[in-house]
Amino acid sequence: MLAQQLANGVLLGATYALFALGFTLMFGVLRVINLVYGFYFTAGAFFSLWLAQAGWPLIAALPAAAVGAGVVAVALDWLLLTRLRRAHADELASLMVTLGAVLALYAAATAWLGPDIRRLPPDLVGGGAVDAIGVRVTFAQLLILAACGALVGLLVLLVRGTTLGLAIRAMAEKPDAAALMGIDTARLAALVSFISGSLAGAGGVLIGLNFNAIHPYMGEQMMLRGFVVVIVGGLGDIFGALLAGLLLGVVEVLTAGYLASGLKEAVGFAILVLVLWTRPAGLFGRADARRA
Amino acid sequence: MRRRAALVAAVLLAVAPAALAAEPVPVGAVEILSGPNAAYGIAIKAGLDLALDAVNAKGVLGGRPIALTVEDSGGTKDGAINAARKLIGRDKVVALIGPTLSNEMFAVGPVTNARGVPTIGTSTTAQGITDIGPFIFRTSLPESDVLPVTLKKAIARGAKTIALLYANDDAFSKSGFDTMQAAARAAGLRIVATESFGSKDTDFSAQLTKIKSLNPDAIGISALVEPISGVMLQARQLGLGKETLFIGGNGANSPKLGQIAGAAADGMLVGSPWFVAKPDRLNQDFVTAFRAKYGKEPDQFAAQAYDAMLILAEAIDRAGVAEPAKIRDALLATDHTGPMGPFHFTDHRDPSSTEGVVVLEMHGGAFRIAD
Repeated sequence: MLAQQLANGVLLGATYALFALGFTLMFGVLRVINLVYGFYFTAGAFFSLWLAQAGWPLIAALPAAAVGAGVVAVALDWLLLTRLRRAHADELASLMVTLGAVLALYAAATAWLGPDIRRLPPDLVGGGAVDAIGVRVTFAQLLILAACGALVGLLVLLVRGTTLGLAIRAMAEKPDAAALMGIDTARLAALVSFISGSLAGAGGVLIGLNFNAIHPYMGEQMMLRGFVVVIVGGLGDIFGALLAGLLLGVVEVLTAGYLASGLKEAVGFAILVLVLWTRPAGLFGRADARRA
Repeated sequence: MRRRAALVAAVLLAVAPAALAAEPVPVGAVEILSGPNAAYGIAIKAGLDLALDAVNAKGVLGGRPIALTVEDSGGTKDGAINAARKLIGRDKVVALIGPTLSNEMFAVGPVTNARGVPTIGTSTTAQGITDIGPFIFRTSLPESDVLPVTLKKAIARGAKTIALLYANDDAFSKSGFDTMQAAARAAGLRIVATESFGSKDTDFSAQLTKIKSLNPDAIGISALVEPISGVMLQARQLGLGKETLFIGGNGANSPKLGQIAGAAADGMLVGSPWFVAKPDRLNQDFVTAFRAKYGKEPDQFAAQAYDAMLILAEAIDRAGVAEPAKIRDALLATDHTGPMGPFHFTDHRDPSSTEGVVVLEMHGGAFRIAD
C-alpha cells in the first residue's frame, strides 16, 4: 500500500506542480500576483473539451488548447495589468484587480456554460493502466508526469539557455534598466503572459483528463493549492514549484492514507504557515532572489 | 330590458344551487417555481396537476372540484412563509402541499401548524420534519428508511464488511453518512474504514487506496452526485473492480451519475422511493398519463406529488366537510395505493412502509432495477 500511496502522492503533486509552473513564472518575471491565472486553466480545459467533441485527437487538441489559453492570457493581462505596470503599482494592487476580475470571469463562464461537470471523451487517452510492483498508474497519469517533467525542462532551458531567457531575466531583475538596454518590455511581458497562459491551459487539459472534472470553477479549486506550491517553492522559482508541488501532494496523500482523510487540508496548509514562519522566501528560495 | 333582467334572474336562480354544490374546495401548494432549484418545484407541480385532472373528473365531497393554487417560494424560507400566509389568508385553503425543501418546511411548518392547516411535504426528507407539530405530514420517505433496504440487497449479494466514504463539508452528505453508518451497524455489517473528503475535491486516490488495501465487500458513499461520480471514476482507475459492491446514498439517485461517470459507475446500488420503470400497473398508468400530458418522463418528485394529491383528495372525501381539522384526522386514516406503492401514515404522520422502495443498479450509464 505504501508504494501505491507514494505513487498517488507524486501524481497528485505533479498536477499541483503543473498548475503552479506558469503562475510562478508570471510572478517571478512580471511581478504580479495574477489570480486570473486560474481562469486560463479553466479556459484551456474547455478549449480541449470542445476540440475533442469536434473529433480532434489529444495530440492536436492539447497544443491548440494551450495556444488558445495563451491568447486569452495575453488579452486579459493587457486589459487588466497594462495600466498597473505603467503606474509601477505594487503586488497588492495586481492581487486586488485580478481577484475581482477572476471572480467576474468565473461567474460569467458559469452563467454561460452552466455549473455542470463535464468530461473529456474517455477514449481520448487509452483507458489502460500500468501495473507493476503493486503500483497502478493510468496512461493519463503517466502523461501528466511526462508533461510536467518536459515542461519544467523546457522552461529552464528557455530562461537559462537562450537570449530571450536572458532578456526575461533582465526584465525580472530590473524592468526599467532592461527597457533602457533596448529590451521591448511591453512585448516581452506579453510573451511571458502567453507562455504562462499556455502552461495553465496545458495543465487544464491534462488535469481535466486525469480527474474527469471540467467545469468553470475548476481553476479556482486549484488556485489555493497553486498558491501554496508557489509560496513554499519560492515565488518565481521553477524548480522550487516542482519540488513544492510534489511535496504537497505526497504529504496530503500520506496524511489521508495513514493519519485521517479529514486532516489532509489542515496538514497541507499548516506547511504553508510553517514555511512562511521559518523561511519567508520559500523553502527553496534565497532571500531577495529572483530566479525566473 | 325588463325581459332581459328577468332572464338573468332566472338563470341565476337556476345556477345558484348547482354552483353551491360545486363550489371548489381551495387547496394550496408552496413549491419552488423559480431560481436554481426550480426543477424540483416544476416537477412537483406537474405531478399535482396530473393528479388534479383525475380527482376533478369526479370531484370530492359529492362532486365539488378541488381548486389548487400553487405559489412560488423561490427556494427561500422567506418566500415560502409569504406564499403559505397568502394561501391561508387570501385563498382560505383547507390544506397545503409542500414546501419543496426541508429547510423551507422548517420555516413554514410552525406557521401552518399554528393556524391548524394540514400540511403535506412531498419531497422533504430531513430528520425531524413531522416533529414540527400535529398538522405536519410527509409522504416522502426519509433516507433512514431507504438505506436499510439498499443494504439488505447488498447483504443478500454476500456483503459482510463495508467501508464508508463521505463528504465532510456538506450537511446533506454528513447526515446521509450518519444514517448510512447507523443502518450498516443495524444490518450487522462490519465497518472496516471510515474516510472523508471535501465536496469540491477531485483526488480521492489516498482514501481509495487505503480502502482497497482493507479489501471490504462493499463501499458506501454519501455525497452529492458530482463527487460520487469522481470517486467511482478514480476507484476504477485504481483497479477496484466488480468484486467490490458500491452503494450510493440519496445523492447518487440522479441520472447525472451515469452522465459523468459513465460505465465506471456500473454496478453501484442506489435505493429510491420510486422508479420510472417499476412494472406495476398503477405506476405504468401514471407514467403513460404523465407522458401524454407533458411529453416527457416523470421523475421521483412528480410521482411523489401525484400520490400526495390523491391522498389529500381521498382524505377530504373521508372528512365529509372541507374543514382543516377534519381533514387532518382523515389523513391519519389514509389507506392509499398509487405509483409509489402502498401508503399509510404512522401515528407520527410519516410514511409507514418501505414497501415501495426500489433498489436500482447502474448499468451502462443508466439505472435499472437491481435483481
